[in-house]
Amino acid sequence: MKKTFLNRDLIQRLGFSMISLVALFTVVPIVGVMIYIILQGAPAISWEFLTAMPRDGMRAGGIWPAIVGTFYLTVGTAVFSVPLGIAAAIYLSEYASENWLTRTIRIAIISLAGIPSVVYGLFGLGLFVLFLQFGTSILAASLTLSIMTLPVIISASEEALRSVPQAFRTVSISLGGTRWQTIRRIVLPQALPGIITGVILGLERAAGETAPILFTGAAFFLPRLPGSPLDATMALPYHLFVISTQVPEMPFQIQYGTALVLIIFVLGMNLVATVIRSRARAKRQW
Amino acid sequence: MLAREHMEKSKNFREYAITRLIRVSGYSAIVFVALIFFFLLREGIPALAEVDLGTLFSTRWYPIEGLYGILPLITGSLIVTVGAMLVAVPFGIGTAVFMSEIAPRWLREVLKPLVELLGGLPSVVLGFLGILLLSPYLRVLLDLPTGLTALAGAILLGGIAVPTIVSIAEDALDAVPTSYREGAWALGATRWQTIWRVTLPAARSGILTAVMLGIGRTIGETMTVMMVTGNAPVLAVHLNSLFSPVRTMTATIAAEMGEVASGSNHYHVLFFIGMVLFLISLAVNLSAAAIVFRSKKRAERVLS
Amino acid sequence: MVENKIVIEDLSLSYTDGTESLHEISLNIPVNAISVLFGPAGGGKSSLLRCLNRLNDLADVRTVAGRILLDGVDILDPATDVIALRRRVGMVFARPVVLPLSIRGNLTYGLELAGEKRRSRLDEAAERGLKLAALWDEVKERLDDPAIALSGGQQQRLCLARVLAQQPEVILLDEPTSGLDPISTSKVEGALQELKREYTIVLVPHSVQQAARTADYAAFFLQGGLIEYGVDKELFTHPKKQRTEDYVEGRFG
Repeated sequence: MKKTFLNRDLIQRLGFSMISLVALFTVVPIVGVMIYIILQGAPAISWEFLTAMPRDGMRAGGIWPAIVGTFYLTVGTAVFSVPLGIAAAIYLSEYASENWLTRTIRIAIISLAGIPSVVYGLFGLGLFVLFLQFGTSILAASLTLSIMTLPVIISASEEALRSVPQAFRTVSISLGGTRWQTIRRIVLPQALPGIITGVILGLERAAGETAPILFTGAAFFLPRLPGSPLDATMALPYHLFVISTQVPEMPFQIQYGTALVLIIFVLGMNLVATVIRSRARAKRQW
Repeated sequence: MLAREHMEKSKNFREYAITRLIRVSGYSAIVFVALIFFFLLREGIPALAEVDLGTLFSTRWYPIEGLYGILPLITGSLIVTVGAMLVAVPFGIGTAVFMSEIAPRWLREVLKPLVELLGGLPSVVLGFLGILLLSPYLRVLLDLPTGLTALAGAILLGGIAVPTIVSIAEDALDAVPTSYREGAWALGATRWQTIWRVTLPAARSGILTAVMLGIGRTIGETMTVMMVTGNAPVLAVHLNSLFSPVRTMTATIAAEMGEVASGSNHYHVLFFIGMVLFLISLAVNLSAAAIVFRSKKRAERVLS
Repeated sequence: MVENKIVIEDLSLSYTDGTESLHEISLNIPVNAISVLFGPAGGGKSSLLRCLNRLNDLADVRTVAGRILLDGVDILDPATDVIALRRRVGMVFARPVVLPLSIRGNLTYGLELAGEKRRSRLDEAAERGLKLAALWDEVKERLDDPAIALSGGQQQRLCLARVLAQQPEVILLDEPTSGLDPISTSKVEGALQELKREYTIVLVPHSVQQAARTADYAAFFLQGGLIEYGVDKELFTHPKKQRTEDYVEGRFG
């Protein structure tokens, strides 16, 4: 009897150590790699690196056009996906009843979320670049990225809207509010922090993506900044791809510097989203 | 009175217009899925007319000579995905179990954002690290002619799938009622036995969903594989293929679409591959959703 | 001759989950009086209340039959302007739900929705509502504070004031004192006695005692049916039906 207890104890200890080790092996490389990129990339970052045009076949100079391009693409994506995504979330949370149509919408959202990013690229090429003749442009790339981010924004916004207590809606309606007035004045303001968090997380994904813009809007190298939404643009993730695979004898420092700037851009957005979420949770009255 | 009536009317119209707009937006997801499918069909189906099936399902991908055999690309995707899952499933589920069942609260609060950090890294950054750090290391360690292999891709894609698996599996473990665990403890089970015989089985459908979605992410991943797998479209049917360069369906599209003339055979075949990818992702994601749906139904039946 | 504000004729209601909530109810609600609807939980009182301002539209109602006449006009008619109806027939709920706005914002909410923009009118309405609900003295200094900061009893009176600020004709109250302490409860009941001079009040009380204290007219509901109706306190002193007597005397609840 005593022996089995000992055995069980031993097995438990072994098991726990094994699982802890697995978790350790998962987390340590993440931390290690982050520190490594920061250490390697930080020396490259200077005012000139951030604000100058690339020189010498991108082997020297800065990454300004790529930063601007990623900014344009992110804003462009937001312009299309944010209103559409929030409106779709409002529909699902406030208007839709449980029927086959709603189920179809949910299936469609799940499907959109799972489509490979490069397939979005193909679709953008087929529809926006060629069929609608937007050409390889910021417009075409932004539209492509918008559709890709849509499921993220819809799901997060719907969750935020649904978390607003039902009683607020009932009271507002009982005071003579219409459905839209109730949404506009009570539900949306209360759900806003959650919606913003979801929007930023969606846009963060768009900002870091390369495959969807490969054939819809990304330019290998541009000697000047894009002048209109119909111009192609450089972008940070694509630029990192280019300088780490397509340009021979590329200085490591510039590569790591570019990677670091991209990470800061993307994770900075993530941080903002996290801060908004935790602040709103602390302030929430219900 | 007239002014008031006028106001009511314009308000009614606004309400009507906004409701319509919201409704249409609600349907947009369906429209986009249909549009995507339509354009993939429109550009991909001609491939079946231009390239005969024997060539399409042959083992040589060499577009310059009109050889469009997609089997090497499919096996390439397959071997990288299987390899990635061999990495991601144990590490992902292990980490989820650690976070949900073993780690103290504070440690969990530290680990969660770190894993999310990995999930937030752009895939191009992982590809970049693969080229500069992982593949040279693998080359030396395994004494290979090049480190840019299916293995490098599998390891990195495993890393990409880990955050997906951890977050969904952890949710599933959290959702197991505490009373189940307490019941097992009351019967004299150790914590380890409880995890192994009670908690994990109770969360199995959630964990299965996590793995499915991990697979979905892996098959669709593009930039990382394109950068680190060496891009050699050779048939990968042997375990040794893990240690040689391969090329996936996604990487092929990404690498070649930029250089083909639109409307050419090559262009249509690339769209055809996109269509195959679309259908695979649809199948994977919808079956994952079906698992969730079924287990929800079962839970409702048990609880009511 | 009593003047009836609302006349309910053969009202039946069932929900989509198959439960029948009301069965052929006919009842008159007299003007300028407190009509009390009481009985055990699940008897259909709340459902009836929610029919009177069509709040039932939000629930999963399968069928509604019969008529509800408000000043002689059937409000169940599909052509009814429900928004206007809900302004005329205000509702106070069991749990005080203040909207996530300031105290003032809660009070002026309904009027602003109706398109009232004039500051003076809004302030006037807010003050009137608060005074009628006996809350003015307690909050007049801090109208712009978040309403959530008020105590439970104050919140419930704010909910009453919010309805009153719209100057409705009928006030529906669904167990308005269920979560309140005795002092807050008596404040609310006192306010109701004042209010009945100008308004028609329909109250679902949270106890038989409250029903007996407040009723000018009382109706006893059991399992979706109207069992007995009486003027003043007669239902509580001389019930005609055995089931009413059993309930009033606490033999079942």
